[in-house]
Amino acid sequence: MRRRDILLAVIVLVAIWQAAAMLVDMSILPAPLTVFIVFFKELQTGLLMHFAVSLWRVTAGMALSVLVAAPAGLVIGGSKRLNRLFSPIIYLLYPIPKVVFVPVVILFLGIGDTAKIVIMFLILFFQIIVLVRDQASGIAPQLIQSLQSLGAGRRALFRFIYLPASLPAILTALRQSIGTAVAVLYITELSATKYGLGYYIYYKGSTLLDYPAMYAGVIAMSLLGLGMYFTVDWLEWKWCKWKFVG
Amino acid sequence: MKVTVIRKLMAVTFHAMINIQSLTFEYANHSPLFQNFDWLVSRGETWAILGPSGCGKTTLLYLLAGLKLPISGDIQIDGETIARPRPHSGLILQDYGLLPWSTVRENVELGVNVRNFYGPDGKHSPDNFIPKDNIESWIQRLGLSEVADKFPVQLSGGQRQRTAIARTLALEPDLLLMDEPFSSLDAITREDLQNLTLSLCEEQNITLVIVTHAIEEAAVLGKKILLLDAPPNQTARVFENPNAGTSGFRSSAEFHAMCERLWNEMQKRNVPA
Repeated sequence: MRRRDILLAVIVLVAIWQAAAMLVDMSILPAPLTVFIVFFKELQTGLLMHFAVSLWRVTAGMALSVLVAAPAGLVIGGSKRLNRLFSPIIYLLYPIPKVVFVPVVILFLGIGDTAKIVIMFLILFFQIIVLVRDQASGIAPQLIQSLQSLGAGRRALFRFIYLPASLPAILTALRQSIGTAVAVLYITELSATKYGLGYYIYYKGSTLLDYPAMYAGVIAMSLLGLGMYFTVDWLEWKWCKWKFVG
Repeated sequence: MKVTVIRKLMAVTFHAMINIQSLTFEYANHSPLFQNFDWLVSRGETWAILGPSGCGKTTLLYLLAGLKLPISGDIQIDGETIARPRPHSGLILQDYGLLPWSTVRENVELGVNVRNFYGPDGKHSPDNFIPKDNIESWIQRLGLSEVADKFPVQLSGGQRQRTAIARTLALEPDLLLMDEPFSSLDAITREDLQNLTLSLCEEQNITLVIVTHAIEEAAVLGKKILLLDAPPNQTARVFENPNAGTSGFRSSAEFHAMCERLWNEMQKRNVPA
């Protein structure tokens, strides 16, 4: 995918938006230019702060998930016995829609950032652990035996095989969960907070009926997701160069 | 009892590199591959292990590498019973075992990096291990300089195998174990790497044990050839092939005679009685 193609796609999408706005011709769907002007104005009057709060929450949620789920997936995938023990548990918990636990988590952890981060963690944890576990358990035995013959014990196997072999899986899991994470972030920010893009969008749209500002919030939230997406792509390009050759 | 004493004496006298005594090994729910199997390899020798598939030749190599352990009996390498991979043994597998996410240079460095990871603990790496800066010279020696920054997927089969050899030899092993290392290479690359392996082993004074299912390869490489049969293997059948590896041997009458002899032997054993 080239940069030029992405730019072209942006232009096409904005054009469709413009056409839709002209067609509908109602205040609930303002034209892109109107929204862009409000977006830059709002940036100076608080939108940036809401953006920063949301960025912190979603980054913390994702970081916590990776830091807990990736090592757990590595350990479970690297050991047949642990895999047999934990896989049925993961199998049962994985399909449960974790988002329904939002009220429960808020009851337990209150209305602060912790509850929001924990909800994202609940959702992302399972996606990451499953992908990393499968990657780790699918490593060719020849690779492991070769390293063992070079003197590697368990620790070195993790450092030199399991970790680098699972890095693409970790990044794939992250990429796949960015959309979910931002969506969950929006839901958790609808209630019990006065900060964050979710609150901002809801407040501008439903309370103030300031639709251009509401769309500015939507753009900010989209940029948040896109930025994270690009970051993961960049990390993959930087850390997994071998995926891009040959 | 007397036989054991004599064998031990022989092993000491001849500086045995590998000394297998009454080895028995079987996989769970399978009939034994080896039963009371004895085999002696002296230091600096060049051996080929030949046999049909399923005869246990790769298993024997894994036992020597310490990746599998005998059910009973004793495998001594350089005078010590082996219970785990030994730092001074090098192992090269059929599909080279290169890390796909590492460049040629990083792959060649891998063994040294694993040793640095543990330090000289005598278990994972020799207790007198001093990290040497010999990586570049091995890369050059095996003609890998131009591809040193490429990844395994970008290499030819021959280059991958050269990388695996460089990685193993950078650790300065005294015993090199190879499992069908050249089977997926074209004829010219194969001959090239066979010669290179022989000359490197001679130069570095490495004992070589190479597993193959190809009669010609066994006859080209092995100054001694261990022929395994349909299991269980109880005695080591050894064929002397002293001129293997000398120049012109591949086209000599001696080579062809050895191939024919091995072929006949394998044929004889595999014909149902």
